Amino acid sequence: MKRTLSIVLVLSMILVCFAGCTSTSTSEETQGEQSTTVSENTATATDETASQSAASEDGSRIGLVTKGAGIAFFEAVGDGATTAAGELGVELDVQGPTETTAEKQIEIITNFIARKVDGILVSANDSEALAPILKQAMEAGIKVISYDGDVSVDARQLFVSTSDPENVASQLIDTANEIAEGSGEIAILSAAATAANQNAWIEYMKNDLEEEKNSGLTLVTTVYGDDEMEKSYQEANGLLKSYPNLKVIISPTAVGILAAAKAIQDAGLEGQVYATGLALPSEVAEYIEAGIVPKAFLWSPIDLGYISVYVMNAMLKDEISGVEGNVVTCGTLGDKDVTLDASGNPQIIIGAMSEFNADNIAEWKDVF
Amino acid sequence: MSIQRNTMIQHSSIKSMFFKREMILFYLLIIVNIFNAITSEYYLDVGGIMQATRVFLDKGFVVLGMTYVLMIGEIDISVASIIALCSCVMGVVYNAGLSLPIAMLICIGVGALCGLLNGILVAKFRELASMIITLATMSLYRGIAWILLGDKAAGGYPDWFTFLSSGDLFKIGGVGVPFILIVFIVFAVAFGVILRKGVFGKKLYMVGNNAETSQYSGIKVFNIRVIVFVIIGIMSSISAIFLTSRLATARPNVATNYEMEAIAIVILGGVKTDGGSGTVLGVVLSMFIVGLLKYGLGLNSICSEIILIVVGALLVLSILIPNMSQIIKQNTQIKKVIRSQKY
Amino acid sequence: MPVTTMIKMKQGKKRISFSQNRELVLLIILIAFSIIVQVRNTQYLSLLNISDMLVDTAVLIIISCGMLMVMLTGGIDLSVASIMAVSGMSTAMIMSSNPGIPPVIIILLGVMIGTALGLLNGLIIGKGKVIPIIATMGTMNVYRGITYLVANGEQITASEMTEGFKKIATGKLLGINTLIFITIVVAIIIYFFLSRYRLGRRIYAVGSNSESAKISGTNISNVLVFVYMVMGLLCGLCGVLYVSRYSVAQADMASGTEMYAIAACVLGGVNISGGSGKLQGVLLGAILIGFINNALPMLLISSFWKQAIQGVIILAAILINVIILRRSDRMLKKGRI
Repeated sequence: MKRTLSIVLVLSMILVCFAGCTSTSTSEETQGEQSTTVSENTATATDETASQSAASEDGSRIGLVTKGAGIAFFEAVGDGATTAAGELGVELDVQGPTETTAEKQIEIITNFIARKVDGILVSANDSEALAPILKQAMEAGIKVISYDGDVSVDARQLFVSTSDPENVASQLIDTANEIAEGSGEIAILSAAATAANQNAWIEYMKNDLEEEKNSGLTLVTTVYGDDEMEKSYQEANGLLKSYPNLKVIISPTAVGILAAAKAIQDAGLEGQVYATGLALPSEVAEYIEAGIVPKAFLWSPIDLGYISVYVMNAMLKDEISGVEGNVVTCGTLGDKDVTLDASGNPQIIIGAMSEFNADNIAEWKDVF
Repeated sequence: MSIQRNTMIQHSSIKSMFFKREMILFYLLIIVNIFNAITSEYYLDVGGIMQATRVFLDKGFVVLGMTYVLMIGEIDISVASIIALCSCVMGVVYNAGLSLPIAMLICIGVGALCGLLNGILVAKFRELASMIITLATMSLYRGIAWILLGDKAAGGYPDWFTFLSSGDLFKIGGVGVPFILIVFIVFAVAFGVILRKGVFGKKLYMVGNNAETSQYSGIKVFNIRVIVFVIIGIMSSISAIFLTSRLATARPNVATNYEMEAIAIVILGGVKTDGGSGTVLGVVLSMFIVGLLKYGLGLNSICSEIILIVVGALLVLSILIPNMSQIIKQNTQIKKVIRSQKY
Repeated sequence: MPVTTMIKMKQGKKRISFSQNRELVLLIILIAFSIIVQVRNTQYLSLLNISDMLVDTAVLIIISCGMLMVMLTGGIDLSVASIMAVSGMSTAMIMSSNPGIPPVIIILLGVMIGTALGLLNGLIIGKGKVIPIIATMGTMNVYRGITYLVANGEQITASEMTEGFKKIATGKLLGINTLIFITIVVAIIIYFFLSRYRLGRRIYAVGSNSESAKISGTNISNVLVFVYMVMGLLCGLCGVLYVSRYSVAQADMASGTEMYAIAACVLGGVNISGGSGKLQGVLLGAILIGFINNALPMLLISSFWKQAIQGVIILAAILINVIILRRSDRMLKKGRI
């Protein structure tokens, strides 16, 4: 008697926990209807089945995997994606792991495969580690499109790229050059040492530094903050203390640029050292206004999510096959073409980066 | 004197508790399955469930090793780092030209070495708790992995290597049975039998219950400790092989947080942290409970934050509720006695 | 500690007891380490950097003080980082939507949240008789999940914080940085509490011999509830301080703090099974760990070597500790001391 009581209590605790889910990263839209809160899950299980089969007749089911839950950038991606899903009448489920690791993303993708979704959109925490599970998804007939963080070429049908990496690198180096007025020491504060996107940009930045026009700049070191505020701050501080002639810290990641700017502010080095890099305007607004960050750049995560869903929809409806020359009409954002990247693989670039500076930050910081 | 009497009394009640705990876990497993089946139309697909087990089975080898470690009253939080190091060494060695089987053997050797270092430090320096020693080696081992690979990844494995984690050994009625599942069952049975029937297993129980008296009755406690840590080192390297096979790549940052998950599963399975009690069956049951529960919740598109809360709550409640019911039972018994004495 | 009293009784002269030995060892390791770093980077031992490092370590010191009390009872608290996260995230969100609230109230709110969560820990451990490592491992996950839910996908960044809030960590009280000031106050309070107050002595009793503690009238479960509640209080406080210090509130903040705090306590001589440990040791241990973390970026070496170096240092520190301990133990037995 006591035993069964214990078990019943444990189970009811689990059910109670469901009530707390406030669908931050899950959004199922059946033709524009609002998402059902999970506490009604058991009661409406049969309804769900009915609505899901109804949806697959009208629209497809897409699973979107972000790099991590609670990351502002990916929340915005989710918002953009949800808007697009609403416009197109497809079902969308946005999931992000609580740890930014490949293993946790694999768990989510396994679930998507088991739920027999039609398409998976994923931004990979590790470009190779996700390849096996995504290949399995493709073998099961699911269309796989990567966005922002690419995977191995044979593990996805198409890649929605945020930007041309060469372009990103040259923008950052040009800005550093501008800030340093042609000559000086610069340093890079990156995310995790294994972050593929950042490493690609750093590679191109190092190439750019060998050009004639950048010959006055010296890259003293590259450090990694792992996208953790404490670690990035300590690294930034280390840079400031170890290189007294440092002029610019380039940080191709939001946490890094925040840490660098705060470290500069705390050390009282405003006006001597500056920071620049990639970040959401809402995050760096304070430091742009304070002049520590003269310029920052980023592409729109909302557009990223929006376009990704449109591209996936086009692929599911067989409007495109993921080769060069395909064109996708992305709702309010117009047409996007499939082009080839440096290695000859097809990709869609969502657009150009936006620059955030003291003049326009006031309006941008409310956008994303 | 009283300590011995206490442990003796505990021993007989422990025996009956064994049975209780495994039964609760068994019921819980059934309930989880029923719950999942009701709430999601996609659950009752045996192929899907087999697929889902692949996600947590590579952790299972470490879980088996951790059972022995907790059984003797120690703890090892460096296992995740050992997995990372073994995986990186294997990748580097393989990409340097050695054949894959040799690389895998080296991987196991590295795991054994790491375990050996842990074991010797733990056994020799008894003033230091195993938690703090493995806390230090946790940084050290993963640190070496970083030195080896840096920001690179080591991949390029042949197809048969991927088969280890993703392939089916045979099919029953059209459903593939994963190779890793069979290997895991073999290991689990071996671990379980050794623990229950083997001489070594009996020694583990005794050391866990009371290391001092075990020493006096002739058991070389130092050796037992070292052996147990070497075992978990080797199990970590086996985990590393399967994990690397599943990811088809090796990086220094794999297996983050595995140690906490493994310890949680072992404790949920009924092994006490001060040692001397628990069964492999309980641990295996709890692993499937947690794994299938997470799978089922995921099928219902529950956000991962909630899954985190549920697993955490499950861990606490699985001990709290039996405790509370026992306390309430004791209190009512005491009240009965007091009441009967009034007359 | 019986051995120290024995020493003091044996000789009226001043002799270094081996508990003082440990602090000396830590100090020597700290100095040796600092010299090595100074050679690589002359900026390390500048006054500015030392005070910066102290500010950076402040949160770790406070948490370690709380962890000391928890470990004295023979327990452990793995949920500290998660409690900090709940407190930090909640207060940041409250503050950004209600900028009129003065910073002191915000701190109080954070403290209250932390105390409530710590109280829950204490009830599960003290009244529910769940062993600390399981209880806090479970609540660690639960509280972290709650942080994500509270955050609802947002981050609070500098521009959404009030000036007063940001000043908490950067301002000065009586000429010293606020964080260092708070740390000193907390350390002094805990020192006097543990050494002068009956409840403080009871905490030692619970950890060293719970049977005799029970007989002498200590309500063990109440002591446990109290200890975890205080830990929660300190975590709540530190959550607010952390967010103010970095001017950003993210749902995954402060992860890993619990391990550093435990390491600081063990380095400082706290017995993991409870009953013995001194605040001075813990302070030194926390400072050592904090300084190592700060110094690693200043060593001007490839990033990929940092974690291994950290592991080697901690391993070396704890092993040296034990070896010195054994030597003085042996010398004691031979009557040399």
